[in-house]
Amino acid sequence: MLIDLKDIKKIYEIGGTVKVPALKSINLVIGKNEYVAIMGPSGSGKSTLMNILGCLDTASEGIYMLNGSNVSDMTDDELAEIRNREIGFVFQTFNLLPRANALHNVELPLIYNGTSSTQRKKQAKEALEKVGLADRMDHKPNELSGGQRQRVAIARALVNNPSIILADEPTGNLDSKTGEEIMEIFETLHDAGNTIVLVTHEEYIAEHSDRIIRLRDGLVERDESVN
Amino acid sequence: MRILIYFVESVKIATNALRSYKLRSILTTLGIVIGVTTVITIVALIQGLNKSFERQISAIGTDTLFIDKYPWIITSNTEFFSYRNRRNIPVNYAFRIKELSSLSKAVAPTLYSRQTAKYKGRSSEGVLIIGTNADYLVTSNTLPEIGRFLSDTDVEHRRSVCVLGWDVYQALFPNSDPIGKKIKLGGKKFKVVGVIEKKGAMFGNSMDTNVCIPIGVFQSTFGVRWRSCDIEIKINSPELMDDAEIELTGIMRRLRGLKPGEDNDFNINKQSMLMDTYKRLTNTLWAVAIGVGSISLLVGGIGIMNILLVSVTERTREIGVRKALGARNHDVLLQFLIESMVICSIGVIIGILFAIGIAKLVAATTPIPAAITLWVVFLGVGFVITIGVFFGIYPASKAARLNPIDALRYE
Repeated sequence: MLIDLKDIKKIYEIGGTVKVPALKSINLVIGKNEYVAIMGPSGSGKSTLMNILGCLDTASEGIYMLNGSNVSDMTDDELAEIRNREIGFVFQTFNLLPRANALHNVELPLIYNGTSSTQRKKQAKEALEKVGLADRMDHKPNELSGGQRQRVAIARALVNNPSIILADEPTGNLDSKTGEEIMEIFETLHDAGNTIVLVTHEEYIAEHSDRIIRLRDGLVERDESVN
Repeated sequence: MRILIYFVESVKIATNALRSYKLRSILTTLGIVIGVTTVITIVALIQGLNKSFERQISAIGTDTLFIDKYPWIITSNTEFFSYRNRRNIPVNYAFRIKELSSLSKAVAPTLYSRQTAKYKGRSSEGVLIIGTNADYLVTSNTLPEIGRFLSDTDVEHRRSVCVLGWDVYQALFPNSDPIGKKIKLGGKKFKVVGVIEKKGAMFGNSMDTNVCIPIGVFQSTFGVRWRSCDIEIKINSPELMDDAEIELTGIMRRLRGLKPGEDNDFNINKQSMLMDTYKRLTNTLWAVAIGVGSISLLVGGIGIMNILLVSVTERTREIGVRKALGARNHDVLLQFLIESMVICSIGVIIGILFAIGIAKLVAATTPIPAAITLWVVFLGVGFVITIGVFFGIYPASKAARLNPIDALRYE
């Protein structure tokens, strides 16, 4: 079991008194090499779940086992290390560093686990080759198209060989043709053995996955396989 | 290893960030530049003054005492007038002291007069004639370069001989051997027996325009009644200075016939008195340096803090990304602290360069040998760390505490 969520609750306190439950009780198991899409209307708790899965946030209650370790009660710094080791993020807005070139952007996660400079460059190049950007390594984000930027972001997510690739609306800022190209990359990565968790509100994007988890009002509404 | 890699990376990030905002960074460092330039320049000037002062004062040995009618440092007119009424110190005290003192190595009475020295149409004006004895060689460290110094026999037999200072020798005997020649001082002829080595100046007075003659001859040639004799005493060793001062005070009080309870009517002067006064003066300079320096460094530091706060806000998203990718709180903290220190370093380096320039200029155009020494570099490093950390810690911790989710969402 790669991801095991047991009775995860997330309650936001507004103004110290009003309590708003974003996740009421989530039970979820995701195995290795699964390709899962998480869907739901806004306010369904999709983003909250995504943040918890990505160890950017912790649950108010419940147990989250990620790749064998309990991340429910970890400190900020421990979570940072887990994110670095276990999770590769792909964001809707790419979130590349504007002043750094593609290669350096991909190197970033490796800086935080103390990989030496030469080893970093080697791994970053390999990751960029995997997404077909070997010839754009020296380009800065503003010299790249939207699709190319997202590929850099995917390379960055891959570079540290994480357990999960967590993609949050990865095609949201792309036209449909480029979006399809990005989805093809995810498929290739899935075929190569990666575990992918995709958050989207687009049905046709979700259909690329093998399994769709639908949230509504902080609960899993439906959890079904895609044929 | 991890920390080293991250440190190198942080320096790169910082320099990149600064390069992206060149003008802003330069303006930010300006405060630090001015502060560092001020402080280091003043330090260099003080050190220059110290060096110059020590060089001049070194002519007075640390193991030499001076029994005078007046103290060396008089701060008011009333003080001066009270000293003026003291009895003169007669020359024979020097001989008595020599007999009575067990801690003195050499005792030289001195009397002074400004005269013109002449030799065959050449003349040297404003020559300081010093009437003294053979011990003066030891007390004033006036070693002969040519010939010899005054001897005991010269003094005892009141021979009309003289020993020339280097400049007097140069003026009167530009191309010839002075030994055995007779020069005229105050209308009387003196046979040259030696030339003192070049000594330089003390507080603007050249010590090379002196001419020494036996004290008895001085008295008979230039008069004696209204003059008070200054007695120079070399002590057996510098550690005995305090003991010697006590012993000499006792001897002087006895010679003067002072009763217990009566004040001394003479002063025992020494080098350290000048040193103390000088240090009091330079302490004021130090205070000015520290005051001006800290104000401009404070202003500079606030400038840095301000720009870092702007930088943290501008780069909120970047911080979010870095945190999402595994940067821990202290990694972010370190990144911004290093950025702060990089700005400071640039300011300090430019400041030191300016200060070196000013010091060179001062050294070239004034007699103060202003110079910047190696420890200034350490002082600079100290500035960088102190200001960088002090003013960087707040913006940096603000950045470090950012919640990654909020930071990623920041527009």
